[in-house]
Amino acid sequence: MSGIRFAKDHEWVKVEGDIATVGISPYAQEQLGDVVFVDLPAIGKKVEKGKELAVVESVKAASEVYAPVSGEVVGVNEALGDAPGTVNEDALGKGWFAKVKMSNKAELDALMDEAAYKTFCEGLH
Amino acid sequence: MTTPNPLTNTISGNRGLQIEEPLIFEMDAPGRSGVDLPAVPQHKERLGGLKRKSEVGLPGLGESQVVRHYTKLSQKNYAIDMSVYPLGSCTMKHNPRLNEKIARLNGIADLHPMQPVSTVQGALEVIDTLAHWLKTLTGMPAVAMSPAAGAHGELCGMLTIRAAHLAKGNARKRILVPESAHGTNPATAASIGYEVDPVPADDRGRVDLAAFKAKLGPDVAGTMITNPNTCGLFENDIIDIADAVHGAGGYFYCDGANFNAIVGRVRPGDLGVDAMHINLHKTFSTPHGGGGPGAGPVVLSEALAPYAPLPYVTHGKNGFDLVEQDDSGKAFGRLKGFHGQMGMFTRALSYILSHGADGLRQVSGDAVLNANYLQASLRGDLSAAFPGTCMHEALFNDDFLEGTNVTTLDFAKAMIDEGYHPMTMYFPLVVHGALLMEPTETESKTDLDRYIEVVQGLARRAKGGDATYFQGAPYHTPRRRLDETLAARQPILRWKPEQAKKAAE
Repeated sequence: MSGIRFAKDHEWVKVEGDIATVGISPYAQEQLGDVVFVDLPAIGKKVEKGKELAVVESVKAASEVYAPVSGEVVGVNEALGDAPGTVNEDALGKGWFAKVKMSNKAELDALMDEAAYKTFCEGLH
Repeated sequence: MTTPNPLTNTISGNRGLQIEEPLIFEMDAPGRSGVDLPAVPQHKERLGGLKRKSEVGLPGLGESQVVRHYTKLSQKNYAIDMSVYPLGSCTMKHNPRLNEKIARLNGIADLHPMQPVSTVQGALEVIDTLAHWLKTLTGMPAVAMSPAAGAHGELCGMLTIRAAHLAKGNARKRILVPESAHGTNPATAASIGYEVDPVPADDRGRVDLAAFKAKLGPDVAGTMITNPNTCGLFENDIIDIADAVHGAGGYFYCDGANFNAIVGRVRPGDLGVDAMHINLHKTFSTPHGGGGPGAGPVVLSEALAPYAPLPYVTHGKNGFDLVEQDDSGKAFGRLKGFHGQMGMFTRALSYILSHGADGLRQVSGDAVLNANYLQASLRGDLSAAFPGTCMHEALFNDDFLEGTNVTTLDFAKAMIDEGYHPMTMYFPLVVHGALLMEPTETESKTDLDRYIEVVQGLARRAKGGDATYFQGAPYHTPRRRLDETLAARQPILRWKPEQAKKAAE
């Protein structure tokens, strides 16, 4: 496994031990357009796979970012507060949203690897 | 702001009637004020430590300067009184002047909401007669008149639903909302503590009935559905949806923003609706978008009527009464000071009475006909989002722009140069790069044909490879393309003298 996995709602996950770093995919940021605001969860918040983790607002729309895995939020990317455009510039890197301590690592199996996600996006539009 | 071509630069920076007008605060200068007040005589200071330490900061100008200032600003406006305003989902129809005349009659315009009820019998009759029409047109037994706009009506309807559940002991948790909903629907549900559960659209642009039924359960308080929906399509499973939500013990809130497409033809009460707001500023032609406040009365089913907010008008022994106290204890409270948007009630009633029942039926027929004429005329050049006919608005996706390097946004900006307000763009979210156009019934065929010709021409220009033109638009406006991203990321919300000074340096 190349280390990065994707949900069909266009979030990505990178795993180190129990900790999943979550962001939105380059495809998602491209579709959203310029990101102008990111509403991040509070540290300590319990999140459930498929439920709202954060909100991302662009010049076009405000969209929910769903948690691709369940667990507890143990870190958020505070830097996005002053520089939400980082999500556009480096979606897979410095534009990460939150770190989640996973409660069920088996949930990762349902996510797509990079190749499968690429095929998935090509089928969308 | 300079003109791109230095050969045509003017000395003033103005371009004909496009005047570079400063902010009124920047025009402030000592001695310009048109009013001379006598010097303040010697007096004893009684303000303690509260004496003003600096200027109030209001600009001092002469009357002629103020009149010119606002007249010049008004020339930069785009308005329904100037041309087609195809903003989908907003229903920008003509505001008949008869409505304005009636609303300005002294007996109506000079009333005060705190006058004794015996002196405002006519005004109460206006509210009561309008209420009667709204109930009759929707086939619903009750109406709450006070909500001040569409989203306020949603709040009213949802609070009524919550009150009805609470009366049974449990407010319940979830509200089902289709993905194509107006953004205000999930916002309303969330703002009163409900969890929003999105329901996907099917490939026909309608609510996926199977997915909807699968989400129902004892914790579902109700659903909020717009019909016709924001894709401009009639939800043809609507009765099944209503039955299903009722079967689960929930209520059906219908967003009535698009009632203009069905007024006089379909009664929401017959579809199983429990609550629906009616945008008087859409369906019933009262001004909106800067021209006036909205108004969003909410019609209610028998089950919800007891929980309606105060106040309401009743027929008493000595004429009309206004009920301001709830003896049953069921009404969920008050939503607004006084009685609602009285000026809008008067205009809407004027519109209704001047059209009559047959006229209103023709309104929805013509609105749908115009939208379909638009859709059919543009089908060859643009890409319709869904097959088949539409209701009151025509929805296109951006497939026709594929490979052109022109986006929906660029296309909208180019429409401004053509002298049109752009259509709604990127909404509804379920359609990629959406362009949503609502002509309304008040556009003539000649005006629609001219509009269609422009949109077709732009589509052909985009496909012809002229992406640079679109990316640079608009060219002929007082300001060129605005930096929406910077405006959202670093908004300057208030003019301050220091900033103006700094900018001038």
